Formats: sequence, structure tokens, C-alpha cells
Amino acid sequence: MTRLTYREAVRGALRQILASDPRAFLLGEDVGKYGGAYAVSKGLLAELGPAKVRDTPLCESTFVGAGIGAAIGGARPIVEVMTVNFSLLALDQIVNNAATLRHMSGGQVAVPLVVRMATGAGRQLAAQHSHSLENWYAHVPGVKVVAPATPQDARDLLLAAYADPNPVFVFEHVLSYPLEGEVDETSGAAPLGRAIVRRAGTQLTIVAWGGSLPKALAAAEALAAEGVDAAVIDLRTLRPLDLEAIGASVRATRRLLVVDEGWKTGSLAGEIVAQVVETVFFDLDAPPARVCSREVPIPYAAHLEAAALPSVERIVAAGRGVVRG
Amino acid sequence: MSPAREHAVELLRQMVLVRRFEEKCAELYGLGKIRGFLHLYVGEEAVAAGVLAALGPDDNVLATYREHGQALLRGVPPGAVMAEMFGRANGCSRGRGGSMHLFDVERRFHGGHAIVGGGLPVAVGLALADTHLGRAGVTACFFGDGATAEGEFHESLNLAALWRLPVLFVCENNLYAMGTALERHQAVPDLAAKPPTYGIPTERVDGMDVLAVEDAARRAVERMRATPGPAFLEVRTYRFRAHSMYDAELYRDKAEVKRWAEERDPIRLLDDDLRRRGWLDADARAALERGVEQLVRDAVAEAEAGPLEPVEDLERDVLA
Ligand SMILES: Cc1ncc(C[n+]2csc(CCOP(=O)(O)OP(=O)(O)O)c2C)c(N)n1
Ligand SMILES: [Mg+2]
Repeated sequence: MTRLTYREAVRGALRQILASDPRAFLLGEDVGKYGGAYAVSKGLLAELGPAKVRDTPLCESTFVGAGIGAAIGGARPIVEVMTVNFSLLALDQIVNNAATLRHMSGGQVAVPLVVRMATGAGRQLAAQHSHSLENWYAHVPGVKVVAPATPQDARDLLLAAYADPNPVFVFEHVLSYPLEGEVDETSGAAPLGRAIVRRAGTQLTIVAWGGSLPKALAAAEALAAEGVDAAVIDLRTLRPLDLEAIGASVRATRRLLVVDEGWKTGSLAGEIVAQVVETVFFDLDAPPARVCSREVPIPYAAHLEAAALPSVERIVAAGRGVVRG
Repeated sequence: MSPAREHAVELLRQMVLVRRFEEKCAELYGLGKIRGFLHLYVGEEAVAAGVLAALGPDDNVLATYREHGQALLRGVPPGAVMAEMFGRANGCSRGRGGSMHLFDVERRFHGGHAIVGGGLPVAVGLALADTHLGRAGVTACFFGDGATAEGEFHESLNLAALWRLPVLFVCENNLYAMGTALERHQAVPDLAAKPPTYGIPTERVDGMDVLAVEDAARRAVERMRATPGPAFLEVRTYRFRAHSMYDAELYRDKAEVKRWAEERDPIRLLDDDLRRRGWLDADARAALERGVEQLVRDAVAEAEAGPLEPVEDLERDVLA
């Protein structure tokens, strides 16, 4: 075990993949000389050379599309898009090509592609740099979506995304990069599609992922001080959803609260609640609740940004509401 | 027969195959056997025939929704193409793609793409894979004049040139993007003027002269194999039929279409040329026609006989 930041854990997995697989390369804006907008790939260009770490011009649609084409052609590209906000320029390539070509070709075209991007708010970057749009991607058949929350998962889920033969989208929350944790650098890929119980509890199931996990865990601690015993499930994979793990916990705790940094309308939280209601409705003792971002483009001013996002306080209040009525 | 004569006759046969195949498609569309969007290549056959003649089996081909010609001439069996349009399980995309999405990965035919401009980045990526893996292939990417207005056109030219990737950009300039004429969608309608601004060697060629198209494509491919980097062909052509089967053709003169069809039909031009040279007599020409008709008949029979994919298999091939 080594103490690493989330950022270092991603970098370690990247280094391992790029150094060991001749088919692999990393491409994206400023991943090389600059070291990555969030310094994730810092040093890798010098270490591995320009064939393995490729700085692209500003052309999200085309470098993501080129990643798709290279994957079809037998290479194993890992594409970094600076943030999910900019990935919207590549949405056509992602939805109309990466996700559909296998099916539309009758199973002939394989797209073993990894696309990593930063997501989320909390750094006062305002509305064009702060959104959480994981649910847009999780909506689409033909792709998988992961959102690692811990340094170990940042490593293990990236390895899993790389090993998977499908297009896999990896969402790294901007506030996660400096998180520290003990990391086993000899670990292998984590299974995709499997949630994990981060905290056991008997009265309430809190589902969270990515940047919301630390808030959910802090809220569970605060609730414990009030005598509410909450379990926290880290979803890890957003598509496919691990309904089994969520359902098992909800059956045991009989209550559900979902934390989602996306907007509530049309959210992944809504999907999770719907699936729970469809499958374990009669095990519920209370209506499920959601803590999501407020329905506003994420603003700049610190107090407004904080008010727009899920906070420990809002999660605690919502948890209290679900349990105490 | 001299090799040149044999080759010219073969190019004629290929163009006639595409023409007759598509005439049959139009007929079957009228009968409701083929549905969805159907974009015919009638008038443009020399573009695919000429360019594909310059490629080898290790090269990649990627095309648009108007890709019956490219598919057939890349060697996708006519029966598999027709079955695809019939929506059958023996179609070249198992009935998931239809006319616009023909695929045959074994022949490195990477589809039929129906998002205008969306295929260009993928073609750049195929060339990137070849370069990264040290393979010698080039990637031919077909697209229309309309696609040159899309951002991905410019991004892809820039990236391919910047990274010296072997992409042969083939612009099928048929003077219209659906109902919008070239000079109504381009501030600078001279399309061959654009790629040189990205440092890409560019040639404009008469797309109704199949031998000229092939020569230009060979020159481009040879250059690409010798010196890594993309090349660009602007192939001047014309679509004799409607944009798709739904098009009332309100945007162009009937006389204009008639003039092109009567004076510049690539098949008639090659026919005349071969006759003048004494390379193809009437009997041989008739035999060629009969051979093609037989292929088309067999393709339709194969499509008619093809099974429907069981609905239980609806969700297959979404993920690996
Ligand atoms: C991104 C996108 N926008 C619009 C369309 C609708 N559309 C289909 S074909 C076409 C015209 C394309 O013209 P061109 O590129 O010249 O190709 P051509 O049909 O002439 O071969 C349009 C507008 C589309 N398929 N994709
Ligand atoms: Mg056109």
C-alpha cells in the first residue's frame, strides 16, 4: 500500500497501461507538454514519448472521433477530454458513433475506447466549467459509465475501463483529484457494474458516487450523532446500474436517499428512485428522497455555488426527513 | 486483351453493376420492399469506381449514406447489400443499418455514415491506428460537398495534416447539399482551395471520367505511401436522381439535370471511349449487361430468401 492522491492513482494506472500495451496511447488537449489541465498526465510525455502521449489541437469532436476510429482500427486509445462541459462538442461522435457502430454494423465494429473527463463543481469556475452531465452518457445504450470516488477506485476502475471491449466513459470529479488514500498499486481491474457498501447502516440507504461520496459519508456520520444509522452505497458504475446492490440495501434499511450533483429534473437520481420503486416498492417504509443540484446554471460566487450544490447539511436534513418523516 | 483494355472494361462493368443495382433498388422501393431513406449514386459511379481501383486490401474505406457504390465495388457481396436493405438477418449489417449503414469490416469497409461530416474524424482515427501500429494502409474517406461546411471537415483536415496521417479525403462534389447549391452553402465555392490552407496536396478531377479519377487517386495514394500525410481529391460529379426518394427536386432545373445526364453520364462516356478504341464490341457489351443483370437478380433472390432476425435477438450487439 502506498499513500497516493486520486490524481496520482489515475496517473499510475495510465502509466501502467501505456507502458505495457504497445497498442495504447493517450490523446487529448494539453495532456503532454502542459501535463494535463488537472495535472493527471504530468510527466508521462517525458517518460513515454510523443507516440504514447499525444497533444491534440482544440477539436473535441474530431479527437474523440479519431479515438473511436483508432479503436476500430485496432489501437487502444485513451482519450482525455478536459471537462464534461467540453465533451458536449464531441457528443455526436460519442452518441452517434461510439455507442451505435457495433449495433448498426450487426456486431462487426468493435470500439474498445476509454474516454476520461473531469466533472463537477466546487472550484468557483462558473457555469461553463462546473456541470455534472454523467446522466447524459448513462442514458445511452452501447456505452458503460464509471465514476470512481476513491484513489484505489480511480486506479482499479480505469484499469477495468481499459480492459473492457466497449466504449467506457470515466468521470473524475474535480474535487477528487487531491483526495489521499492508501492505494495498492499491484491491484487489478475492479469489476464494472458493481456498487460497493462504503458504510454499513440499518435505517437508511444513501446512494452516492464520485464527488458526492465524501459528502454522503460525512452526512452519515452526522446522522449517526443524531441516532440515525445510515448505510452509504458507492455506485461506482453509472451504466449499467447495480440495482441488485441498491435493492438489497433498501430491502434491509427500508429507506432510500440518493445524492446526485446533476440537476434533479431528468437525473440519474430519478432513474435510481424509479428502479427502486419498480422493484422493491413494498419494502419501503417512506417515500425515497433526492438531494441534487438546484435547477440553475452553477454560479460563480462562492456562497451561491455552495447553495446550488448538494451539501452535507442538505443530505443530513433529507436523511432525517426520510427516517423521521 | 491488353491489361489496359481489360481494366477499362472492368471499370465499365463495375459502374454498370452499381447503376443496375440501384435502378433495381428504386424499383423495389416503389414496391415497398426497401424502406427508410434511400440515396442513389446514379451519375456518380465513376467516383467510387476510380478511387477504389487505386486501393489495396489493407486500405480502409469509409463512406456516407450514399454508399451502395463504394460497398459493392469494395467487394461486399450484392446479395448481402440487398438483404440489408430488405432488413434481413443475412444483410451485411444484420438488418440493423439499412441502405445508409452498410458495413463489412473484413473488407475494411467501415460504413455508411449518415451524420454529415461525422465519418471524417473516424477515418482520421483509422489512419492513426495504422500509423501507431506501424501498418502501411491508407484510409479513403468519401464525403459530399455539403460536409465541407461542417466543423469536423476542417478539424479533420487539420489533424490529419498535423499528424501526417495517410487519409485520402475524397470530396464527391455533386454541386448540391440536398437542395442547397454549392454557391449557396460556401462563401468560397472553390473546394479545392481549402485543403492547401492545411498544407494538404490537392487535386481536382473530372468525376465523370473514371480513368481520370483512377489516375488522380493512384497519384495521391502513391504520394501518401512514399511520404506520410493526407491527400485530397475534389471529384466533380453530378447526381442524376433526387437526393433521396422523398425529394421533389424543387431546387434545380429539369434542363440542368437533363444536360448532365445526356452529356456527362460516366457510363456513356466510357462506353463511347471503348467503342471508339474498338475495345468493346456490341456482343461483348451485351454480355456484360447480361452478367450484371444476373448478379442483380441473384442479389434480389438472396434478399427475398433471407430470414428475419428473431425479435428475441433485438438487443444483441449493443455491448460486446
Ligand atoms: C449533421 C447532419 N445534418 C443534416 C443532415 C441531413 N442531410 C442528409 S444528407 C444532407 C446533404 C449532404 O450533402 P452533401 O454532403 O453534399 O452529400 P450528397 O448528399 O450531395 O452526396 C443533409 C443536409 C444529416 N444527415 N446530418
Ligand atoms: Mg453534395
